[in-house]
Amino acid sequence: MTRPDPQPCRPPRAAANQPYRLPPPLFDARCLGCWFMLGLALLVGLSFWSLDLQWASFLSARALADMGRFLGEFLPPERSPPFLDKLLWASAETLAMSALGTLIAAVLGIALALPASRSHRDAAAVARAPTRLLLNALRSVPELVWAALLLISAGLGPFAGTLALALHTTGVLGRLFAEAVENAPPGPGAALRSHGVGGLRVFLYATLPQILPQVVAYTLYRWENNIRAAAVLGVVGAGGLGQMLAFHMGLFHMQKTASILIAMFALVAIVDGLSYLVRRRLAD
Amino acid sequence: MSLAAPALRDPAWLPRLFWLSAGLVVLWPLLVLTEFRPAVLWAPENREPTLNFLAAFVPPAHGSEFLWLVARETWRTVAIATAGIALALLIAIPAALVTTRMLSISALAGRMAALPFVVRQLLRWLLIVLRSVPELIWALVFVRVVGLGATAGVLAIALTYGGMLGKVYGEILESGEGQVTVALLRNGAGRLQAFFYGLLPQNAAELTSYTVYRWECAIRSSVVLGFVGAGGLGQLMDGSMKMFAGGEVATMLLVFIALVALADRVSAWLRLQLG
Repeated sequence: MTRPDPQPCRPPRAAANQPYRLPPPLFDARCLGCWFMLGLALLVGLSFWSLDLQWASFLSARALADMGRFLGEFLPPERSPPFLDKLLWASAETLAMSALGTLIAAVLGIALALPASRSHRDAAAVARAPTRLLLNALRSVPELVWAALLLISAGLGPFAGTLALALHTTGVLGRLFAEAVENAPPGPGAALRSHGVGGLRVFLYATLPQILPQVVAYTLYRWENNIRAAAVLGVVGAGGLGQMLAFHMGLFHMQKTASILIAMFALVAIVDGLSYLVRRRLAD
Repeated sequence: MSLAAPALRDPAWLPRLFWLSAGLVVLWPLLVLTEFRPAVLWAPENREPTLNFLAAFVPPAHGSEFLWLVARETWRTVAIATAGIALALLIAIPAALVTTRMLSISALAGRMAALPFVVRQLLRWLLIVLRSVPELIWALVFVRVVGLGATAGVLAIALTYGGMLGKVYGEILESGEGQVTVALLRNGAGRLQAFFYGLLPQNAAELTSYTVYRWECAIRSSVVLGFVGAGGLGQLMDGSMKMFAGGEVATMLLVFIALVALADRVSAWLRLQLG
């Protein structure tokens, strides 16, 4: 049984694509996207044009032979036990740097997230804008630049690296925590506040328990990132595997360099694999 | 009466105290391993240079010649990032097209055939390898081979970001609804046709916003690569730092923060436009 058409003589509907019309012109002065694509093409073109890229020295037969010889020097990777001991120690140092740096950052991040957020609707939050500015500044300077700066006051070694990781991560975590504080449901805090409970205890008993899951998740995520960062951070002299790498590479100890690269690679792969497993567990 | 009185003490204080002290015990080896001695910062041999260095921060260097140099190096930093991402796309787009299982013809019948499966898996592993070597390491190796210069930086960014973008593009393409693509493929459209008319329109916004985000990251990376001699703001900053020229470092830090903020703005605006 077919249903009767409610409007037997309505005009034919316009086709979704009108086949008789020409396609719109490729460039239209009112089309924001076109201008944007043009600008993008210009940016890419100018970038390639202004950099003195030496593809010839990269792709010539001699360069390729050089590259081959260079890679050949890596073999076989150094495997003497004392060196492996040192390598293990440096890996532990890298892990410790990342863990401690992240921990300090989490504590400082919470401490800075409070002034950087409007905890309730009527809060004056005078410190919000300046604290956010500080957090953005901390965040936009990469760990490696912080490490290079800190070498002056902390000297060579893992301490500078730890502080560098802590500073950059404070910026990142502080901002995320501040958003978590602002997005937390206001009810519990308001209930305590209306009973005259002070700011610190409102934070401890209302805000903190609410944002704690997010705090832990963000901190673990940054820790994962920081392990990767800590492995290379030492290149400027801030401890861990990176410092060993820069040292041996500078002295052209290519076989030792190969072992260090393998250790870095293994560390990153283990962290990647673990985080993948954990995330899959949590997702199920 | 004692029933009505509320407990004034935190009911969970014992577990809290326990976990806090357990944490401190774990913390101890970390402090030893990282040679965590904050007193070092205030030791006289470190305090003097630090204070001098910081005192030199004000006023930031603002000679016209130096500002011109900084402007040129800033452009180089952006250019290295942009060129690197452009080359990375040359790796990532074909790799994503090949690896995504949405465009597999043999998978339409149920299971993917053996050869396509092996090819996809091998390419995926290659992308993982490219991605997991940090760009700084690539740059160190390239600088050793071809000498200082922007080429090493561009290639390092291209390789690492090529792996990263390729993997994530593949994941984005696979995450969406596949009906349109499958319908096109079943009706005899080629894979590229199915991509352009099915997959791409569905995922264009997400793909673009991820690319923009990575471009922003690449600008940060390209500053870092300068420290190993790949040119740009990083190299200039490294030089000034070695000469303890606080004013110059201050100017460059300010420029750098502004640059990152600008990239942040641009990418936020783009994401807003894409909806």
